[in-house]
Amino acid sequence: MAGRVRLNDPHPARGLPDFLGRPGPTAVHRLNPLTKATLATVTAVAAVALGGLVGPILLVSVAVLVPAAVAHVLVRLLRTALLLALPIAVSAFLVNLFFFPGAERILLRLGPITASAEGLEFALQILVRILAISGAVTLFYLTTRPADLVVDLERRGISPRAAFVANASVQTVPAMVDRAAQITAAQRARGLDTEGSLWRRIRGILPIVGPVILGSIAEVEERTMALEARGFTRPGRRTLLWAPADAGIERLARWAMVAALVALIVSRVAGIWT
Amino acid sequence: MTLTLAGVGYRYAGASRPSLLDVDLELPDGTVVGLVGPSEAGKTTLCLVASGLAPRTVGGQIRGRILLDGEDVDAWPMHRLSARIGIGFENPATQLSQVAGTVFEEVAFGPMNLGVSRDEVVERTWEAMATMRIVDLAERDPARLSGGQQQLVAMAGLLAMRPAHLVLDEPTAQLDPAGTRLVGEAIARLAAGGASILVAEQKTDLLAEVADRVVVISDGRILFAGPADETLADPRLVEAGVAEPAPVRLRRAAEAGGVDPARLVVPVDA
Repeated sequence: MAGRVRLNDPHPARGLPDFLGRPGPTAVHRLNPLTKATLATVTAVAAVALGGLVGPILLVSVAVLVPAAVAHVLVRLLRTALLLALPIAVSAFLVNLFFFPGAERILLRLGPITASAEGLEFALQILVRILAISGAVTLFYLTTRPADLVVDLERRGISPRAAFVANASVQTVPAMVDRAAQITAAQRARGLDTEGSLWRRIRGILPIVGPVILGSIAEVEERTMALEARGFTRPGRRTLLWAPADAGIERLARWAMVAALVALIVSRVAGIWT
Repeated sequence: MTLTLAGVGYRYAGASRPSLLDVDLELPDGTVVGLVGPSEAGKTTLCLVASGLAPRTVGGQIRGRILLDGEDVDAWPMHRLSARIGIGFENPATQLSQVAGTVFEEVAFGPMNLGVSRDEVVERTWEAMATMRIVDLAERDPARLSGGQQQLVAMAGLLAMRPAHLVLDEPTAQLDPAGTRLVGEAIARLAAGGASILVAEQKTDLLAEVADRVVVISDGRILFAGPADETLADPRLVEAGVAEPAPVRLRRAAEAGGVDPARLVVPVDA
């Protein structure tokens, strides 16, 4: 088009690069992102729907630990999933262990509070479910590139804005962690005490939290403008360069997982399986 | 293709006074216009207005007219304008789309949004990457690049949209000398290819090399403007709070010391 920028840099003719959509290193990595998202969702919900301890433990073994081992991410998965779940898991475990209503089998008395066998059993069930959810989610993110998920969702007709929001929310966390680390270092360089007693640490958080939040808000505005300037809000379909493979067997597996989950929930609600 | 700002004023939402007043500016094809001024002069605001982001995305009130080849763009939506006017910002990290796993996909993001054919997206992407000398980075994760590399990727992303006009707000602020030189070379090549470029820049040395004209702005008004060599040597530049380019400073120092500037010899390897 006349008047448009024509770059005058000679370069050899090239096609679509080979590295786009290059298969992942293991069978789990190579699964379609939607299949892995379905597996994670079904595992998390089924772990809650299944009763007792044995069911969720078996489910986690088959749907989380075995795939993680196949994908060579077992150690990272255990570390990340435990870190993710720890704050909630510990508090939920302690509350249920010591404050289980109507407990009769007392295991331990610590002044006014008592640990009961019923509380311990229920606390373990909660613990396994929390670990199942964090494990399923962690497996997904350790074996799926966010960009692949976005492309796959767009290919299926999901709005690029929705796909962008899903991806950006995940990527915001490490970005905020980086920003917090930079601000902490800058504040410490100016004499802020963020170590020592608990009270000192709490006092040290305030001058860090403000800049982290305000900086993130400013960044969101800049990102919005940059996206607008690159035509992101244009109505109509975007051009996709490639899309992750999606074999027929995977589509079948996804429907089977969803059907099994629905059957489980119905049987639990109807009292067929207790 | 000429981008024209005629009597443009702009006030941010909630602001008590306007940030731009009666700005007249013309960017014909193949022209690089440098924009300098002290902090808070209105450089970024002028870039936002010229690109159409203000008031479309930023909000606020605008007066005057912005014309593309004589056509008023007031009613154009941003996505239509973005195919004609590209804008680059100072912070490279916030210009990345966050949905691209590789530099190639990042650069392709804009043309993909425009809905052009896949072959054309690929062609534009390679071309823009070659212009910015980042073909070697094609497979890398953009989030893991240095700030300077990210800025080059961001500029390539703009070029891939093949806009007729480019607005660059402090594009070298986070670049080292090598990165600054690359951006300068790219600006010169783009102008030679027919683009008009408005570049707000603190580094007057860079503008001395690439700009055809320089506009000096302060308190939202254009103080003076003219050919780059004259404007960057104008004594009013320093009064406006803008550093002169090194050759101008050197010449002034020589004159103040009673040395004929024409007889100054600077060793190349100094």
